[in-house]
Amino acid sequence: MKRFLLFLPLLIALVVGVVLFAGIGKDPTKLESALVGKPVPEFSLKDLHNADVVLDQSLFRGQVTLLNVWGTWCPACKDEHDDLMWLAEEKGVNIIGLNYKDNREDALLWLDRLGDPYRKIIYDPRGTLGFDLGVYGAPETFVIDAEGVVRYRHVGVVNKEVWEQTLLPVFNDAQGNG
Amino acid sequence: MYPELGQLALILALLLAVLLSVVPLAGSLTGRNNLQAFARPLASGVFVFVGLAFAVLTHAFVTDDFSVAYVANNSNSLLPWYYKFSAVWGGHEGSLLLWILMLAGWTLAVAIFSRRLPAVMISQVLSVLGMVCVGFLLFIVITSNPFDRLLPNVPADGADLNPLLQDFGLIVHPPMLYMGYVGFAVAFAFAIAALINGRLDAAWARWSRPWTTVAWAFLSLGIALGSWWAYYELGWGGWWFWDPVENASLLPWLSGTALMHSLAVTEKRGVFKSWTVLLAIVTFSLSLLGAFLVRSGVLTSVHSFAADPERGTFLLGLLAVTVIASLALYAFRAPVVHVRSRYGSFSREVFLLLNNVLLVSATILVAVGTLYPLVLDYLELGKLSIGEPFFNLTFSPLAVATGLLLGAGIFSRWKKTDGGWLARKLLWPLAISIVATTAVLIGYGGFKPWAFLGVFSAMWVTVATFWDLWEKSSSRKGRLHGLKRQSRSYYGMVLGHLGLAITMAGATVVSNYGIERDVRMVPGDVATVGDYHFVFRDIGARQGANFTAQYGTFDVMLDGERVSVLHPEKRQYSVGMSVMTEADIDAGLFRDIFVAIGERITDEAWAIRLQIQAACSLALAGLAVYGSRRLPGYR
Amino acid sequence: MVRIVYLMLVLLLSGAAAAEVADVYDFSDRAQEQRYQNLIAELRCPKCQNQNIADSNAPISKDMRDAVYRMMKDGASNEEIVESLVGRFGEFVRYKPELDSRTFLLWATPAIAVFGGFLVVAGVVIRSRRAGPSGPALSTEEKARVDKMLAEQDRSS
Repeated sequence: MKRFLLFLPLLIALVVGVVLFAGIGKDPTKLESALVGKPVPEFSLKDLHNADVVLDQSLFRGQVTLLNVWGTWCPACKDEHDDLMWLAEEKGVNIIGLNYKDNREDALLWLDRLGDPYRKIIYDPRGTLGFDLGVYGAPETFVIDAEGVVRYRHVGVVNKEVWEQTLLPVFNDAQGNG
Repeated sequence: MYPELGQLALILALLLAVLLSVVPLAGSLTGRNNLQAFARPLASGVFVFVGLAFAVLTHAFVTDDFSVAYVANNSNSLLPWYYKFSAVWGGHEGSLLLWILMLAGWTLAVAIFSRRLPAVMISQVLSVLGMVCVGFLLFIVITSNPFDRLLPNVPADGADLNPLLQDFGLIVHPPMLYMGYVGFAVAFAFAIAALINGRLDAAWARWSRPWTTVAWAFLSLGIALGSWWAYYELGWGGWWFWDPVENASLLPWLSGTALMHSLAVTEKRGVFKSWTVLLAIVTFSLSLLGAFLVRSGVLTSVHSFAADPERGTFLLGLLAVTVIASLALYAFRAPVVHVRSRYGSFSREVFLLLNNVLLVSATILVAVGTLYPLVLDYLELGKLSIGEPFFNLTFSPLAVATGLLLGAGIFSRWKKTDGGWLARKLLWPLAISIVATTAVLIGYGGFKPWAFLGVFSAMWVTVATFWDLWEKSSSRKGRLHGLKRQSRSYYGMVLGHLGLAITMAGATVVSNYGIERDVRMVPGDVATVGDYHFVFRDIGARQGANFTAQYGTFDVMLDGERVSVLHPEKRQYSVGMSVMTEADIDAGLFRDIFVAIGERITDEAWAIRLQIQAACSLALAGLAVYGSRRLPGYR
Repeated sequence: MVRIVYLMLVLLLSGAAAAEVADVYDFSDRAQEQRYQNLIAELRCPKCQNQNIADSNAPISKDMRDAVYRMMKDGASNEEIVESLVGRFGEFVRYKPELDSRTFLLWATPAIAVFGGFLVVAGVVIRSRRAGPSGPALSTEEKARVDKMLAEQDRSS
């Protein structure tokens, strides 16, 4: 019994070692969303293209949607833009944009130059919807099902690999239920 | 000097370290004295070559040799010379070289100062230290070479040292800290040697103790300097955040304190040997764990070096080999048969055992709190944060309990102390402590339960320490003679305990009675914090060596008298364009006045942070008193 | 005369003259301000390298501080404010973990460690009582040697 007790520290060290090893390489800045399973928060914001039109949460009903948070101030958003175009045009994915803490003119110019993959774009200059969604940086992309319920939130750029491995399964799952 | 010389020196040091790990050990196990005689020369050799590498790197910094990648990333021609010198350890590769230099230094010190130890013991201790050197030298040579070159595209100038590091703190904090971390390798080596040769007795404890005490003192000083640096540099008035990297330094400190006390018992009474050996292994393992946590990116921290999975894996491998091998050796070779000794319920042995329980519980608490988020994430149970509120709630009771036990334990006797006698002895100290605590609380502004406990615990320790000193120093030949008669180790203990008391008192008061306000001010405005009035006189521009600054002037008034003029700054560094807040502090014995400039709100208006930090200097001074314990625990 | 003027100047310049400044946020009293300071020290910035929202410069931290202030003004309690932010950003932003099935072990750690330790010490003490007289006794020969040595020492001191 005594001898067994002496092995206890070794056992504990091994367990800790395994946990530490698993932690190497993980990115601690990627948080899971607190809104998974909850509906998109209520909001009432202008459309980016048409300042007379007011958009609200009903925008997300009827089909599965990707909600992409972006801004002209965000260099990574530029990186992922081509992939978003590909998703919208080649894959026919329904993408709605959330123009976060940005300037209307700058945003429109940006889309003019780089292309517009979004079915609709919500203009959120003060970041109020972003705040309610738990957005803490850009780019971020949400998967929202046909009932307007958040299924998943991806932090960081969306590229082909991310789409295939991370977002597509969630997307299909959401469609299956809808 | 060609930087490649530095690389060569490291490789040579590695080779010598390998020889050091093997030859003396083989000699000790086979009884060949000629092999054991290699221990000291090899230790010297390792130190010489590591020292050479360090000198080459320093030279590269001081001469602005930007062909060396590490220099280009951490220095700049405009950097003042003393920061160029300390920039050597401003990044991962260089600080690792500093670590190895300290390790080689300690190894050499053990080789030099152990003439009276049996040859077998010293050969094995030096071999174990050699093994540790091998591990770290491999790490630096394979993954973290400081001498990598940027040829042929040598940059015209460097990227500059991070402005947060351009400070006196960088010159002193890491060296002291590393001396402590690495110093525990010596206690570790003694423990492993004892397990190898089976000679685990009071003599072993006596040899280990001075090394452990000195390492502990350095670590205390290093942590104190880090706290102080954070306090005046970060601009927000905090001095301990329970950040993972800070916890990484606290873990070996807590465990090392338990080790010091356990060694005392083993030396004096020959008991708890197995436990002491385990503590020695655990303490150094925690040092290594700290090194891993800081450099692997596994935990998020403001203090961590840039994360690199390859380095993280290597370091984890090093940690794993060391810890698993030593704990396995412990499991197989630690003595199971115990010395049969009686101790009374209130004996000194029991008090020290209880001290160990509390310190080890504190170690476990901090370790669990730091690693728990990792465990939960591994089990896919979500990402959790464990921070200051948690640690303050759970750590404080342990600290208070340790202090209370300390005060009583000082009077206890070895083997047997009469409980009734002890209780009666403590009555006067109890009364005095209560009165003193009440006075302090009233002085700072009123009764708060947690404040009472913390300050009382501190007073209790102080009164008991001085009471015991008074009693022990009474002599027929006069008080002075009585004082001189006490051993150095006794005074070491007195200093250490007083350091604890001062720290506890300071920490308690500053947490409970400090006031902080964030206000919007334009020049001419006056803000009130507690009894003090802060007058914002003006703000102008000033040029520094490698920065421009907004330089503010604040008059601090108390009862109509100007008690201080403070000049906080907001600096913009010319190279990296980073902006830094330099607070200005008027440090007093019983309070600090603290002003920092925040964001510019309009052309005229600024956000200003004002604080009255009650007794903050006291808290930090207490930590420094620990460091003054540079007395070996034994003659 | 000069002294009266000096006194008046001191009174005028002693801070009583200038008006109290507005805080970066406006609070009705010091207690509310202290409550705000405590709250923002307990909330974590989701973006930063381990900082609370009090010390962080990140835009999201500023938004969170604004939200805390707004909710305080609306009369929300501390729990409601923290819950509201946790509902958006996750448990990550809470520096004091909630006590639930996941964190039970965490909160119980100090108690378990201390009580476990006390039990061990109690066991050690009790077992030591059963050990009988301490250590192996000296043989008569050894005892005689000791007596001789003590006698010598008494003579020399």
